[in-house]
Amino acid sequence: MTCREVVELMTDYLDGVLSAADRAKFEQHMTGCDGCSTYLDQLRTARMLMGKVAYEPVPAPLKAELMNAFRSWKAS
Amino acid sequence: MLSVSLHVDPDLEALRSGNEAAFEALIGRYHGPMLRLAMTYTRDRGAAEDAVQETWLICLRTLSRFEGRSSFKTWIFGILLNVARSRRRKESRILPFTSLFWRDGDNARGPTVDRRRFGGDGLWSQPPDSWANIPESRLLDRETIDRVKVAIEGLPAKQREVVILRDVAGFDAEEVCSLLSISAANQRVRLHRGRASVRKTLEEYLK
Repeated sequence: MTCREVVELMTDYLDGVLSAADRAKFEQHMTGCDGCSTYLDQLRTARMLMGKVAYEPVPAPLKAELMNAFRSWKAS
Repeated sequence: MLSVSLHVDPDLEALRSGNEAAFEALIGRYHGPMLRLAMTYTRDRGAAEDAVQETWLICLRTLSRFEGRSSFKTWIFGILLNVARSRRRKESRILPFTSLFWRDGDNARGPTVDRRRFGGDGLWSQPPDSWANIPESRLLDRETIDRVKVAIEGLPAKQREVVILRDVAGFDAEEVCSLLSISAANQRVRLHRGRASVRKTLEEYLK
């Protein structure tokens, strides 16, 4: 496998869906390739940072309206 | 599946018992991913907030009918997708919305890394620089996170919705396929292309 091929298989690798044969070739390539190891680390970092954008404060008026709706729902 | 129907979701239980604090925590926890997903379909943030609000109202109204065939979280996001898509259809009747969503060609094949970075032998000629020496404080600072937000918002819509569901909202591959009614292979292609774009943005920003 070449680096150009390996970079396109990284999401499949991270999701554990490569065939056993492809996985073996992928891992064999990775052990000897700093560029691809770095690239995989960077994809993992990108994924981790995307998890960090999850937080967004609920605007106060929206929260108030939803809490009122919850109270009405609870009362009914 | 038996294991799914027997699964007790603590959020669901808390809501059903009328626990206000649990509801408040839940809307807070999901607001970011829900808003970002809704923005994939709506013209602006305000319309996306309306979609999130409508979703929660529907959730409350139909909570008694939730049967646990999917996880509670999947059920909530499924409602959001229906609401956002339906709002988009209505908007497109009023606004000259030139089918932005379907035009983006994001299932395109083609490499995710510039071919010029590889030699004729397919090996790196311009490998990426390691980020190992970048201090965590910089990697996690507000500006980096803002760059990531902008990068996600700039993705073609079909990639964006998969990336938001997988990497922002934290769904697994199977759940995303079910929510979006797409194949596992399609889900992975979109995710891979989306992640590769976000990585590229970060690479340019962090160098």
